Amino acid sequence: MLREQVLHNKSTGKPTFEGKERMEEKILQVEDLQVTFTTFGGVVQAVRGVTFDLHKGETLAIVGESGCGKSVTSNAIMGLIPQPPGKITNGKVVFKGKDLTSFKKSDLRKIQGLDVSMIFQDPMTALNPTMTIGEQLTEGLRTHHKISRVEAKTKAIEMLLLVGISNPSERLNQYPHQFSGGMRQRIVIAIALICEPTLLIADEPTTALDVTIQAQILELFEEIQKKTGVSIILITHDLGVVAKIADRIAVMYAGKIIEIGTKREIFYEPTHPYTKGLLNSVPRLDLVEEELEPIEGTPPDLFAPPAGCAFTARCPYAMEVCNLVYPVATSLSEKHKVDCWLQDERAKGLFN
Amino acid sequence: MIQYIIKRFFMMVLTVLLIATLTFFLMHAIPGSPFDDDRTSNPTIQENLEKYYKLDQPLPVQYANYLKAIVTFDFGPSIKKPNDSVNSLLARGFPISFELGIITILVAVLSGVTLGTLAALRHNGIIDYLAMTFAVIGISIPNFILATLLIQIFAGELKWLPAATWQSPLHMILPTLALATGPMAIIARLTRSSMLEVLTQDYIKMARAKGLKPSRIIIRHALRNAMMPVVTIMGTMLAGILTGTFVIERIFAIPGMGKYFVESINNRDYPVIMGSTVFYSAFLVFMLFLVDIVYGILDPRIKLHKKEGESS
Repeated sequence: MLREQVLHNKSTGKPTFEGKERMEEKILQVEDLQVTFTTFGGVVQAVRGVTFDLHKGETLAIVGESGCGKSVTSNAIMGLIPQPPGKITNGKVVFKGKDLTSFKKSDLRKIQGLDVSMIFQDPMTALNPTMTIGEQLTEGLRTHHKISRVEAKTKAIEMLLLVGISNPSERLNQYPHQFSGGMRQRIVIAIALICEPTLLIADEPTTALDVTIQAQILELFEEIQKKTGVSIILITHDLGVVAKIADRIAVMYAGKIIEIGTKREIFYEPTHPYTKGLLNSVPRLDLVEEELEPIEGTPPDLFAPPAGCAFTARCPYAMEVCNLVYPVATSLSEKHKVDCWLQDERAKGLFN
Repeated sequence: MIQYIIKRFFMMVLTVLLIATLTFFLMHAIPGSPFDDDRTSNPTIQENLEKYYKLDQPLPVQYANYLKAIVTFDFGPSIKKPNDSVNSLLARGFPISFELGIITILVAVLSGVTLGTLAALRHNGIIDYLAMTFAVIGISIPNFILATLLIQIFAGELKWLPAATWQSPLHMILPTLALATGPMAIIARLTRSSMLEVLTQDYIKMARAKGLKPSRIIIRHALRNAMMPVVTIMGTMLAGILTGTFVIERIFAIPGMGKYFVESINNRDYPVIMGSTVFYSAFLVFMLFLVDIVYGILDPRIKLHKKEGESS
């Protein structure tokens, strides 16, 4: 009951969003972002020119296989790329009209946790084992807002109720090991949301959880988004999660976004051969005789990424041009863009 | 908690008893007696002396007497220093040894942790290399070599510091330095490696994502977790420092307990050997107990007591 009240209180005074029609206010623009890591083996080009934008109250899912640069992209937005060995070599991250890549560390800290916050993959390791939940919840709040301990505690209790943890005032004094995995992830979410950020980056928030808890956490995301209007970037390789809560989907491969569009467009009209392959490799329970179709091969070496489309070597439709020149983006609809030579006028005749 | 302390207390008593028993039998296994030097070569005198100190009694009776002495903590007079009781030797020597030990531990822990943390923060930087080179040297040089070197350089050549004895803070610098360098180097290396590991943890990244100040992240989030291995070896390190004080006290002519302890073994001064062994082992066991308590305070996952509601 208390929880409902809190949710209600939070919803008043803030713009509410009816259904999926959202205000078309851009809060984040990532332009040609490039991130490299210098290692003993050479320079890894982890992110090779990522461009996307995010509107207020929207959920953008970034999907792709391991090592495609999803997490590096999110860390770059958050300003969490360790420098060195990492380096943002090009591009802009424009948040509310300001380019975060040009910020000094101390200025960045004023945004981290306050305007932009992050949820980590593994709730078992994301919480400090030697600090109480209460302290971990309130320290961000107290850093950014200079409020008293009592006020911070009230807010922390409110947040714990919001994420569905009962008995919050007692729970505040407990340590992470006294919580289950699902509850810890709720706490991580509460920590991320306590300063009421405008942008939430969730880096595989459900990967480490079992399926029943996953569903609960995803519902929690939806609920919170409805109440607070936060924009979410969801990093995942779980297409089931994407289908549930994303508005738009960006498919990443070898450090580039190769296809981006609304959820409907990506799921029903996938255009890039990689996106198709990705969707085909999802097990389906409704088709009895169906066999899983893996994408053969492995992603390219990002020490020396190919000049053309990185998917060429694994692509069943690869043409000569694919290996040599990176395809120009083709707009299939207002929101649906794909980087593939197959969409070029000159290739249209070949496969029909 | 109280239950735990009581349990630990009995374990401690048992440990000390075991050490005392071992020492007793080892001591009597050494050939010869306290009266073996030339002045007391007369057999009659020897016999009388042995009677006086009850050394003529069979071993089990002596053992029983000795256990009684432990319980009452009255080890009687020293054989070689008839004017001193064991208790008065302890009362005179131990505070000085304790002072040396405590200062050493403080210096070793504070500078070791600082050095290790700095090295970890500047991983593969100049500070890191310097600190680790220093640490390897510190670990490799035994404290008695270092002590003589320090005396030679700072007291002999430069004449900046006094070479021996224990009077003013100035006198304390060289012995402490000689004794603390080894432990400090070990702590520095340990802190560095565990700090490096902790800094890659998700909760550190999360703390950064909260926009916390770097100083808070290091001190509040990282250091406490990185200290666990350091606390773990503190136990054995205490024993090392304790025995180290014996050597260092001898080199620097510090009138601590170490001098009496070593002398007593050479002289087979049974009461002094027994008294100081029991006292030192009790002290060490108690320090180890403190270390365990600190462990429990540092890491809430380690429970010192069983009760209290568990997880969800």
